Amino acid sequence: MEEKLTLFKNRKRFGIEKNIDLIFKNTTLALSSLVAIVLFGIILVVFFQSFESFSRYGLNFLVTSEWNPVKDEYGAFTAIYGTLVTSLLSLLITIPLGVGTAIFITEDFVPKFVREIVGSFVELLAAIPSVVLGLWAIFVMEPFFREFFVFLHKFFGWIPLFSSEPAGRNSLLAIIILVVMLLPIVTSIARDSLNQVPKKLRNASYGIGASRWKTIFSVILPAALSGIMAGVLLALGRAMGETMAVTMIIGNSNVFSWSLLSPGYTISSMLANQFGEADGSQVSSLFYAAFVLMILSLVVNIFAQWLVKKFSLKY
Amino acid sequence: MNSLYYQKKLSRNVGDKFFTSLSVFCALIAILPLIFVVTYILIKGGAQITPELFTLEPNPPGDDLDAGGINPALIGTLVITTIASIISIPVGVGGGIYLAEYSNGGPFSKFIRFGVNVLAGVPSIIAGVFIYALIVSTKILFGSMYSGFAGGMALSILMLPTVIKTTDEGLKLVPNELRYASLGIGASMYTTILKITLPTAFRSIATGVVLGIARAAGETAPLIFTALFSYYYIVGFEDLFYEMGSLAVLIYNFALEPYDAQNKLAWAASFILVISILTVNIFSRIFAVFTEKTKRV
Repeated sequence: MEEKLTLFKNRKRFGIEKNIDLIFKNTTLALSSLVAIVLFGIILVVFFQSFESFSRYGLNFLVTSEWNPVKDEYGAFTAIYGTLVTSLLSLLITIPLGVGTAIFITEDFVPKFVREIVGSFVELLAAIPSVVLGLWAIFVMEPFFREFFVFLHKFFGWIPLFSSEPAGRNSLLAIIILVVMLLPIVTSIARDSLNQVPKKLRNASYGIGASRWKTIFSVILPAALSGIMAGVLLALGRAMGETMAVTMIIGNSNVFSWSLLSPGYTISSMLANQFGEADGSQVSSLFYAAFVLMILSLVVNIFAQWLVKKFSLKY
Repeated sequence: MNSLYYQKKLSRNVGDKFFTSLSVFCALIAILPLIFVVTYILIKGGAQITPELFTLEPNPPGDDLDAGGINPALIGTLVITTIASIISIPVGVGGGIYLAEYSNGGPFSKFIRFGVNVLAGVPSIIAGVFIYALIVSTKILFGSMYSGFAGGMALSILMLPTVIKTTDEGLKLVPNELRYASLGIGASMYTTILKITLPTAFRSIATGVVLGIARAAGETAPLIFTALFSYYYIVGFEDLFYEMGSLAVLIYNFALEPYDAQNKLAWAASFILVISILTVNIFSRIFAVFTEKTKRV
């Protein structure tokens, strides 16, 4: 017995075991560093590939809308404008819709299982691939909205946004399909932040006689605002980078137009359309456009993360 | 006395009713798209399902009579997502292990976690652009340009953040007592991780990874100029280094064809893609609920 105890006491790790431990640790360290390497790799590669175009056009690239591979003249204004307009307008529609749905899911208007079904329906919508939504948009949504667009142009044609004859594929359709894609993101993040609002805030508000919606507007929503804002920004980043459904329905025209009823372009749909067949300085210009898109979405994403960090521990 | 009863016409009650119905209206609109999309895919796609669909090559557009099948695209999607998984799962699980088990919340791990979130927000088409610049245009892979392998690499970039996040979060849920017990009886760190913590967290990690794979299977943007598309059967290993079709790119290409036969094939491919993705999602949901219930007992 005595002998066994001393044996135990003197037991040391073998060198080989220590080494394996160290190797394992350093391997995982290297693998986690790979994330940073890939991220910087993407930024650097896209930047260097766009250098030729960048040095030739400079910032003029951002404000001219000529895109002519024959004359070798490139400017991405139409695509940048299209990216910003489609993503911002779709977000504008999605925010009330998504937050309203999130309130429906977190309040108790209806029994819990109904709310759970609604919640999982919205989440499953996020699982549908964007290319399938694009197919659906072409063959189901576009015919459905055709009459409505004609009506829109007839009666609201004096507004520049509806000033052109409705085209078969146009920016407004892209905005509608973007709403479908952003809805799950905004809803699920808004729901999570509404759920995190402590119950005592609600009870206090009810206790001093506020009605349900007074409580929602004055207490619950302000308390959940930072989370909802972060969700909205994440959705904005997604909207700007969204490619397939938008490419399939936006009409892909580089002719600039204020009207949402005429075909448009976004940076990502330009990349999807032209990258496969491009050569010469067109490739470099496309990389430049990709770089612009990447910077836009990086800024939005980093701001969203900053917002989450800054406000998440308020309650 | 009357004031003790609920008064319908009081402005606060009218306002509440109005906003409640507005919220219900929002929820109704929010569930409509899924119902419409799934119904149309079941009807339009389900009608196209035949045995030949799974065995034939697609015919090039133009011949409106017979579009053929989607066999190469189906196999291509399996191959490309497998390549993406082979790359991203070991890297992601390894990275997640470091974040959850070794790092102590220092600046490095904060930076990596931040990087994971940023990488998750990078538009999927940028991953394609990156791989195009790195592999396709340089012909670095045995002189091949567009290839299934390049497509898999592009998808792995999209899967990586998901895998790291689920591993990190799954491991964080493992109670520390298990680690202490294992280290206390003399196990080394790597034995503890491989034999104790990783198996304990296996369920949640596996669920997250499977959802990530399902998501990658539907991604199109990174594939259109890395894997491109192919009409021909995948027969051997060397086909990895040539253009490879996939269900997602097939839907994109054939939806934009003016021919009805090709459009029908796109619906059929959507049917298969959506049914498999929804099945995976619904099962993992049920599985998660089931796991939670058993844990409580």
